[in-house]
Amino acid sequence: MEQNGFPLPSQIADVPGAENWRSMYQYFTRFQPDDDKRFWFYNSMHFPEPIPAFDSVTSEIPYQAIGANTARLFVFPTTLGIEHRIVNGRVYITANPVLDPAEIGRRAEVFGPRAGYYYENWDSLYEGWKERVRGLIAEIEAIEVPQLPEWEPDAVVFESRGVAQNHYLQENFAKCLHLYSKMWHHHTEMLMLGYGAYVVFFEFCNKAFPEISDQTVGRMVAGIDVIMYRPDDELRSLAKLAVDLGVDDLFTEDNTADDVLTGLEARGEAGARWLDEFAKARDPWFHVSTGDGFYHHHLSWNDDLTVPFTALPGYVAAMRAGTMKPRPTAQLVEERDRIAGGYRDLLTSDEERAAFDQMLGLCRLVFPFVEDHKFYCEHWFTTRFFQKVRAFGALLAREGVIAEADDVFHLHHTEIDQALADLSLAWSAGSPPLGGAHFPPIIAERKRMLKVLRDWSPPPALGPVPEGLNDPAVRMLWGVTADRINSWLNPDPVEMHGVPASAGVVEGVARVLHDVNEIGSLREGEILVCPVTAPSWAPVFGKIKAAVSDIGGAMSHAAIVAREYGMPAVVGTGDATKRIRTGDRIRVDGDRGTVRVL
Amino acid sequence: MDGPLVIPPVIPLAWDADPEVATDAAVVGGKGASLGELARAGVAVPPGFVVTTGAFIAALAVIDPGGALRAALETSPAGAPALRDRIVTAPLPASVASAVGSGYDSLGSGCDVAVRSSATMEDSSAASFAGLQDTYLGVAGTSSVLDHVRRCWASLYNDESVAYRRHLGMPEDSLAMAVVVQRMVRPRTAGVMFTRSPVSGDRSVVAIEGTWGLGSALVAGDVTPDSFTISKITGEITMRRVSSKGRLHSFIPNGRGVTAEDTPADLRDAPCLTDDEIRALAAVARTVEAHYGVPQDIEWAVLDAPAPPAPPADRIVLLQSRPETVWAAKTGPPVAAPKARPADHVLALFGKPQ
Repeated sequence: MEQNGFPLPSQIADVPGAENWRSMYQYFTRFQPDDDKRFWFYNSMHFPEPIPAFDSVTSEIPYQAIGANTARLFVFPTTLGIEHRIVNGRVYITANPVLDPAEIGRRAEVFGPRAGYYYENWDSLYEGWKERVRGLIAEIEAIEVPQLPEWEPDAVVFESRGVAQNHYLQENFAKCLHLYSKMWHHHTEMLMLGYGAYVVFFEFCNKAFPEISDQTVGRMVAGIDVIMYRPDDELRSLAKLAVDLGVDDLFTEDNTADDVLTGLEARGEAGARWLDEFAKARDPWFHVSTGDGFYHHHLSWNDDLTVPFTALPGYVAAMRAGTMKPRPTAQLVEERDRIAGGYRDLLTSDEERAAFDQMLGLCRLVFPFVEDHKFYCEHWFTTRFFQKVRAFGALLAREGVIAEADDVFHLHHTEIDQALADLSLAWSAGSPPLGGAHFPPIIAERKRMLKVLRDWSPPPALGPVPEGLNDPAVRMLWGVTADRINSWLNPDPVEMHGVPASAGVVEGVARVLHDVNEIGSLREGEILVCPVTAPSWAPVFGKIKAAVSDIGGAMSHAAIVAREYGMPAVVGTGDATKRIRTGDRIRVDGDRGTVRVL
Repeated sequence: MDGPLVIPPVIPLAWDADPEVATDAAVVGGKGASLGELARAGVAVPPGFVVTTGAFIAALAVIDPGGALRAALETSPAGAPALRDRIVTAPLPASVASAVGSGYDSLGSGCDVAVRSSATMEDSSAASFAGLQDTYLGVAGTSSVLDHVRRCWASLYNDESVAYRRHLGMPEDSLAMAVVVQRMVRPRTAGVMFTRSPVSGDRSVVAIEGTWGLGSALVAGDVTPDSFTISKITGEITMRRVSSKGRLHSFIPNGRGVTAEDTPADLRDAPCLTDDEIRALAAVARTVEAHYGVPQDIEWAVLDAPAPPAPPADRIVLLQSRPETVWAAKTGPPVAAPKARPADHVLALFGKPQ
């Protein structure tokens, strides 16, 4: 029944109690009989938990954009796009390779000039890219959720607009999706080529230095002044300002964000100045997601001020004590150049050194985009996108279609469109919408199913293992290599294996946090164990002595920040948050990429 | 009368020894030259001296005047046992005996020493005589030292060495053997290290293997050593494998040699090096590699003294260093060559069939 150890897609049984999971997702996400012949792996990096019905948009749309860019726009010679399937709430993917050498050659002729154009004009294209994406952000922020007044305002008549609010229910909701799709097209427009540069340099380093770790290659590439650090930098500035203005006493561990903000209002000019700077920092720097933007519950700092206000007391105390260390930028640059220079010197010929310089140069050219696009796309745009959808949810809740705003995320986007059509008809006819009887039981069932599906352990891969699976793109994006597949097939019962992201070995007490909102419970000197970290987690790194994550690669956020703080980190363990409990003593070996419960 | 000595019979292993002779393998043998070179590079080696090929030539001039016994080996190995017998029993020329005696006394009266063969051809890149000549650990007392020097000389004529020379077609008349005499170290941990990966040939790492006590346990294959890999550039320890080290070699003072015993249970599975020691060893390895300009294969020992807070570097001594030969012989083509435009590297990688 099994081939090479992984079950076939057709052998995956429905999770008892969640047999109706298919109702949450579109028909084209289901495994087909022929899919048994191909190798699929679980995209735990982006989809570590079962996806609510609406959130399936974060696979449906990105995969449209990725494939369009690789297959149709740049015409990557060896790969078409990525196909995805959903089973029991989890996303499995497979890359569609091009194998015929003649076809690869034909595609290479198109790819060469197109990709070459982007690399050669990278910086100016990136400037234009930022303009375009900021434009999309402005558009999504400007979308109005129709409020369905009893009567249309006078202007609609006296300016002879002629179109009533209910029309904009569906148009504006569709516009959210269209903008989200455009954002993803731009996201992948430069990212696939950016990764291409990385893959080339990683491959070179692995050939020249067979034992070099990915993290070390990452250290040679890393940009220092990336905007992903800005949210945290803004917090530091706000902490300093609080001390300078003498309002720092309000920032205590016991005070909530509301307590602090109310307190500041009573502090006259000093309080007003701080609130003013705070408002400036919030837009855009607090539009940073507490996750990575693939789930609606990855809220931004602006959605939930708990995270920044949990970090602020520590920063304020450090400012007051004069122990706040600025990011050692100059030192990091020096270290990066020393490492790159050290490896360069070990190369055996000037020819190799010249090639090394070209490849490293290309990586450093693309690095700012590769790091910064996340802020524009997954954070700023996406948290605004989810806010808009939530606002549609609030409307539907107010009109009695669903019980509360967030219930909207348990409807697929086509179902939301139906609900809005229903609402539109009802408003225009002067009757109640019928969705109020239709959707609530569906939503209740889905909430229940998601809970059940959460406990399912998805196999890391499905189907027959292909020979020679070392596709550079798959390796760079998901860390899927022949070695990794082997460790999936033969899991170590004691030790968890991940990507060695930041060097050093440390033992300590684990604190398992599933959500950044729980960081209040973290104690100084504990080891953070979490599903994934994003820039909004940055304040945590000042408190912990090592980090472990379920998901991520050598260039993931947790990896980069841990290297900056010089603490051991192992990322991409797969299931550390399931195997480790808060209070466990664990050993984190950032040199080998292993974690062990002691 | 002693034969004329063109080179002194004994040369100290010291940084200020005359480099004309102290690093000349024709005078001090391969091992002696390597140790002389290390001492001159400022690397710690156990204090000692080399009994030069001059001493060997002077002694053989008495034992085998005219060299007829040695020349006969070129046609038949039958005379080897008798020649060995004469080398170990014949009295030494007085000048040689007194030079070795005062060299030994200068190391400390009655101290334990290692007496190590240092043939003029060994460790050369052309031929490996690894293991064919004798080394004696834990020798004490002037007469015993003199005996062991002669045994080392004699090992040049053991059956395997003679057969090996016949195999290579090497003449007998130009052969000579120096002997290194060094104060015994009592390592807490000892082993070998390579300034490139023995597994992959990677030149950016130092690969270290070590075990408790004397390194002989490792060299003899009596234990599976702990092994560590450390990056030369970042200092990160990228691989550590701690083995169960069942046997422990140590030397018994006062000339009673080496014993092998079961490793105490609490040490067996414990790593034999701390991270600081691994880093200090890697730093020494890099110094030596930079001195020679090619990757090295090094024998090292970590001593118990001086105790912390003295840094680990002060407790490291090297017992030998020679050029790494396995990977040196397989240099491949360049990994990559520059292209017209940097982006062409990407186009090349993504344009080729998997």
